[in-house]
Amino acid sequence: MFEYAPAPESRDIVDIRPSYGLFINGEWVEPQGEERHKTINPATEEVLAEIGWASETDVDRAVQAARKAFTTWSALPGAERAKYIFRIARIIQERSRELAVLESLDNGKPIRESRDVDLPLVAAHFFYYAGWADKLAYAGLGVDPRPLGVAGQVIPWNFPLLMLAWKIAPALACGNTVVLKPAETTPLTALAFAEICRQADLPPGVVNIVTGAGATGAALVAHPGVDKVAFTGSTEVGRQIARTLAGTRKKLTLELGGKAANIVFEDAALDQAVEGIVNGIFFNQGHVCCAGSRLLVQESIAGDLLEALKRRLATLRLGDPLDKNTDIGAINSAAQLAKIRELSAAGESEGAERWSPPCPLPDRGFWFPPTVFTGVAQSHRIAREEIFGPVLSVLTFRTPAEAVEKANNTPYGLSAGVWTEKGSLMLWTASRLRAGVVWSNTFNRFDPASPFGGYKESGYGREGGRHGLEAYLDWNHR
Amino acid sequence: MSERLVVRKTYKLFVGGAFPRSESGRSYVVTSAKGDFLANAARASRKDARDAVAAARKAFPGWSGATAYNRGQILYRVAEMLEGRRAQFVAEVVQADGVAAKKAGELVDAAIDRLVWYAGWSDKIGAVLGSANPVAGPYFNLSSPEPTGVVAVLAPPMGPLLGLVSVIAPVIVTGNTCVVVASERAPLPSITLAEVLATSDLPGGVVNILTGHQAEIAPWLAGHMDVNAIDLTGATPELAVTCEESAAENLKRVLRPPAGPVDWLVDPGTERMAAFLETKTVWHPIGT
Repeated sequence: MFEYAPAPESRDIVDIRPSYGLFINGEWVEPQGEERHKTINPATEEVLAEIGWASETDVDRAVQAARKAFTTWSALPGAERAKYIFRIARIIQERSRELAVLESLDNGKPIRESRDVDLPLVAAHFFYYAGWADKLAYAGLGVDPRPLGVAGQVIPWNFPLLMLAWKIAPALACGNTVVLKPAETTPLTALAFAEICRQADLPPGVVNIVTGAGATGAALVAHPGVDKVAFTGSTEVGRQIARTLAGTRKKLTLELGGKAANIVFEDAALDQAVEGIVNGIFFNQGHVCCAGSRLLVQESIAGDLLEALKRRLATLRLGDPLDKNTDIGAINSAAQLAKIRELSAAGESEGAERWSPPCPLPDRGFWFPPTVFTGVAQSHRIAREEIFGPVLSVLTFRTPAEAVEKANNTPYGLSAGVWTEKGSLMLWTASRLRAGVVWSNTFNRFDPASPFGGYKESGYGREGGRHGLEAYLDWNHR
Repeated sequence: MSERLVVRKTYKLFVGGAFPRSESGRSYVVTSAKGDFLANAARASRKDARDAVAAARKAFPGWSGATAYNRGQILYRVAEMLEGRRAQFVAEVVQADGVAAKKAGELVDAAIDRLVWYAGWSDKIGAVLGSANPVAGPYFNLSSPEPTGVVAVLAPPMGPLLGLVSVIAPVIVTGNTCVVVASERAPLPSITLAEVLATSDLPGGVVNILTGHQAEIAPWLAGHMDVNAIDLTGATPELAVTCEESAAENLKRVLRPPAGPVDWLVDPGTERMAAFLETKTVWHPIGT
């Protein structure tokens, strides 16, 4: 392995305030609740800022602001709404390096990913939906689709700004106003986005950001002034939200957990498959709901594939997220690290074989080495539960039918991967996988034009593409 | 000469293509709109509901894997069979709803026409709801609708034939299979419809029909972990809330009851089909 000199991206480009309030009606306001929490850099445990957590009263204020703004925002011609969203997209491009550094500081992901994946996709998402704002009548959702009202949106910590973009861009394009709650461990880029809304002269109240944890999110989704709820996060919380919304007229979309199978057939291009497996489970430290966390490899090539995979994993660089050569950054929080450790320990105690490349871990911060479990049975917890970390479970199969059966043997259905050089086998497999996204001979590709979302307990509704508009429009009226 | 005594029909359930009685041995009295005795309908139990779900699950791979053309042909065949029994259905609708024969005729005609309308959707809905997505990179990227799976359907109390056909056809034309809880008040046309389905080349288990008390059967379906979606069209407001809460357990897709009374004669649009479809997006690199 080559030696690399440290190549850290400068953090001087970001200007983090010591403390943040809530962004309501275009203004920074102090939360009425007493709770304030620190957000930290998971790579160093250094405190980055103090964050006010919104109480029920604060959430109510934000929803009222959004309600008030809805009247004028929804009445604006689509072409004018589009221009605001285009403006936002441009400002994100202009400030993309700053936002990438901020994201890596707050989240722990490598700068290479925040800079080359997250931020370009964020800007692209706003560009994509900006263009829809004045074309909604052509979206195949009736001749007069109407906005729903106020969208209450709750997003996770794994792709903080990208998930914000997936939520806010289509909501605004369709004429809705928004109250968004970022995750408690990664609020900083959402708060920076509030500043971007001000730079874009977005009318006050169209976007409101309330920071906090579960209680803030629960208050938001239960608020009677909210017409639409969009949530990305765990299946357990998704269930609770679905229960809360029972009997209301609120529209709901959920993007929840996953336990994706990545199927490698014996005729696959081995080196490409290895890259796809690595990208599938070690991208973003495996903090990816659609991660290819179950490798299903055909028995005849299992030995060769695992050998090549282990060779490749030995070259991954774990460490400072701001270093441009880093492949694997920090685990986002102590709580998540504890969960990954617990499930990995269960993998060992249930009889699977654990392997990690030699990989020194930094002394401070939250870290977990890339890990592969072989000899995994379908009944093992590491084959059934979402680990949300850099841990791959390897299972084998003999026939295509067995591969499909094992792949579908999960309550989840978000994504799947298929590796084969045979087109007919690829399409046969893809058509039988009960999953919303199937990557064949690739993995973890995203695009604003491509719908994303799950089958079964991975949730419902789609984000991205024309399909993503359905969630933010009332198109059932006749 | 004495008048000939009519041979009455025993109304049973329709599960897996067969017509069993309720395993519970129970029945309940069904009366006409005027209050006259019509029949003792089967009163389905929790176990009947489970059997129906098992039958629907068993039928799902074959039905969802059938070609869209084939499903369209079969739905059209159902319309043909219904047309052939038009007089029988008119008589049943008159009894159930107390409407005049002329009005009942219009409703039966509309039910037949609705089946023909949905039959034609089988091989078109994919083109309307799917898309080839222009992603920013060298990838082929295609989104297509796929059936959700097993759908529980609470049929509307009003419209014992037209309402029933209007909730079943959009679910099955796209490849779902279903368990229908018939109108509690007027279940008899649903079992006669089952006779039509049973003679239309529709594979057994694609449509399963239970009669009985919706409030008793529906919660078991709403909480059943092998049911993927639930249509609450016929549920009372209280039952709808209970069922939606139970449905959250395995994140069933829920079609809530309509906000007001439904005019089943109006063009239904694609909404009911879309409610029970998933979107699958397949990526593949483009290269040499």
